[in-house]
Amino acid sequence: MQPLSSRTHLALLAAVVAAAMLPALVPDYYVQFAAKVLILGTLAMALNLAVGFGGLVSLCHAAFFGLAGYVLVLAAPEYDAPSLLLTLPLAVGVTVLVALVIGVLSLRTRGVYFIMVTLAFGEMLFFLFHDTPIGGGSDGLFLYVKPVLAFGETILLDLDNPVTFYLVALLMTAGCWWFIRHLLSTPFGDALTAARDNERRALALGIPVFRVRLIAFVVSAALAGLAGYLSAAQFGFVAPQMLGWHLSATALVMVVLGGTRRVAGPLAGAFVVTGLEEVLKYFIDDWKLVYGLIVIALVLVAPGGLQDLARLAGLGRRASTPALKLKEANNVG
Amino acid sequence: MDIGTFAIQLLNAVQYGLVLFLVASGLTLVFGILGVINLAHGVFYMLGAYLAWWLTVATGNFAVGIVGAFAISFVIGLALESVFIRRLYGRDHLSQVLLSFGLILVVDELRQMVFGRDVQSVPLPEWLSGSLPLTEVLNYPVYRLAVSLLCLAVAVAIFLVIRRTRIGMVVRAGAENREMTRALGIPFDSVNRYVFAVGIALAALAGAVIAPISTVYPGMGDGMLILSFVVVVLGGIGSVPGAAIGALLIGLIDTFGKVFMPELAGILIYVLMAVVLVVRPTGILGKREV
Repeated sequence: MQPLSSRTHLALLAAVVAAAMLPALVPDYYVQFAAKVLILGTLAMALNLAVGFGGLVSLCHAAFFGLAGYVLVLAAPEYDAPSLLLTLPLAVGVTVLVALVIGVLSLRTRGVYFIMVTLAFGEMLFFLFHDTPIGGGSDGLFLYVKPVLAFGETILLDLDNPVTFYLVALLMTAGCWWFIRHLLSTPFGDALTAARDNERRALALGIPVFRVRLIAFVVSAALAGLAGYLSAAQFGFVAPQMLGWHLSATALVMVVLGGTRRVAGPLAGAFVVTGLEEVLKYFIDDWKLVYGLIVIALVLVAPGGLQDLARLAGLGRRASTPALKLKEANNVG
Repeated sequence: MDIGTFAIQLLNAVQYGLVLFLVASGLTLVFGILGVINLAHGVFYMLGAYLAWWLTVATGNFAVGIVGAFAISFVIGLALESVFIRRLYGRDHLSQVLLSFGLILVVDELRQMVFGRDVQSVPLPEWLSGSLPLTEVLNYPVYRLAVSLLCLAVAVAIFLVIRRTRIGMVVRAGAENREMTRALGIPFDSVNRYVFAVGIALAALAGAVIAPISTVYPGMGDGMLILSFVVVVLGGIGSVPGAAIGALLIGLIDTFGKVFMPELAGILIYVLMAVVLVVRPTGILGKREV
């Protein structure tokens, strides 16, 4: 991927500033919804680093997301505000360690094996919190006081305030986008995509494929953990469902809907999926039926996600050139 | 542990492993032959249990429940293959994962609309509800034995069909080399839909036979899906004998794990999977190249 230009940096800055205006314009409900979209969008962007750029279809990223949330709640004192500076590195650190172990084991496999193995390890974490008393079992745990960033007695950031929380989530999302985008423009990013496109050729070129993939997997798990930490802080509650593979699959839907070839694509996917869910829940009792049909239709009609949909609707840019299409076709699978 | 208790646990372990084999063999066949990873496999285990419950209560005949669950799922499988799954052949795994995830949501919601979300139990007929004396104090339920025997019979039937019939020959050829089989003009694609339908009908059959000894509840397919994935990873993708070995291993480890170290029983299966991944990443009977 091309290095970041100063124009891109300006655009990112403008987008963040514009998004930061949101709380002044809309009621609290929408600010909270926007924060939720940003958190799930970060999870999806993190997942896409593994799926889209690494070619590693992982079904255990929700487990990393949930694990970090659980670490926050378990590490928090019962009636005091947990310190952001202490609990955030702890939550991400634990996630990194677990991802390292799962990564070393599952990256020994390829393709469909990798999907099955990550699914199994993810469910192992799910059952660990669901069936044993450490995480409050199937009922989950409450976080009574939200994390704060404090220096001595002065509280700099209090995540209990919805507007502060939204701004923190916004910064995290923008930071993650920048980080992933930057990572992909380094030689490491080229090695990762090269290994995705042709593992044998990458190996022949001397790229340490296993190590590159492991780093990408762990980094993407760490970012998913970051999002999970904020999710637990937003709702003040963690439950085993947060680690379950249905969330991993939903994140995959966001990734595919938003497009796997762009760093920010999954963020758009998260917005559409989360919004769709809210609307369907509001109007239809059996909303999952409609949602499931939409997912199936997405795969069959618009495998390229929103870009395909725009093309089908006759909007947006013309279809990519034949050469690009061929390149895309080669990259798939 | 005295010999009587040991015998009972061993019988339980084998029975559990055999039921698991029914589910996992369908999954491994569908992947090995159609090249499709089907996350919706577990949902048909659940659907089989609900169908068995519904038919048994409606007709008062348990045998109708079992046979009906198998038959209805088979027909559903044929329909799903021709409408959805067929379009997945040759597509990337990501599409297959997403489409089968969508199928899970749809089937689960339809089940809820038709059968409701309540936990149900299936009554056993008189002749299956007794128990056999093992020793003077220990008994073994007749039904669990019948489940083992039925699963064993189905397993033998699967092996015979694959090893001894013409259809089995086509299936084996397709699993070995899909393109070559097609190029030789063998009617491989027309076998596909039956493989898929039999695969999910086997999962439904497993759910149906397990219904009287477990309860019938909406999420019952999820745990089974994960376990059958572990079985397939252990045994090697596409290998039916591998699935048999994997399923029995898990049956033994899970049952005896619960007896000897109940706190760790849930984790043991994954430890086993981790060990197999380190030693033989393609599974116990898997091909070396993936």
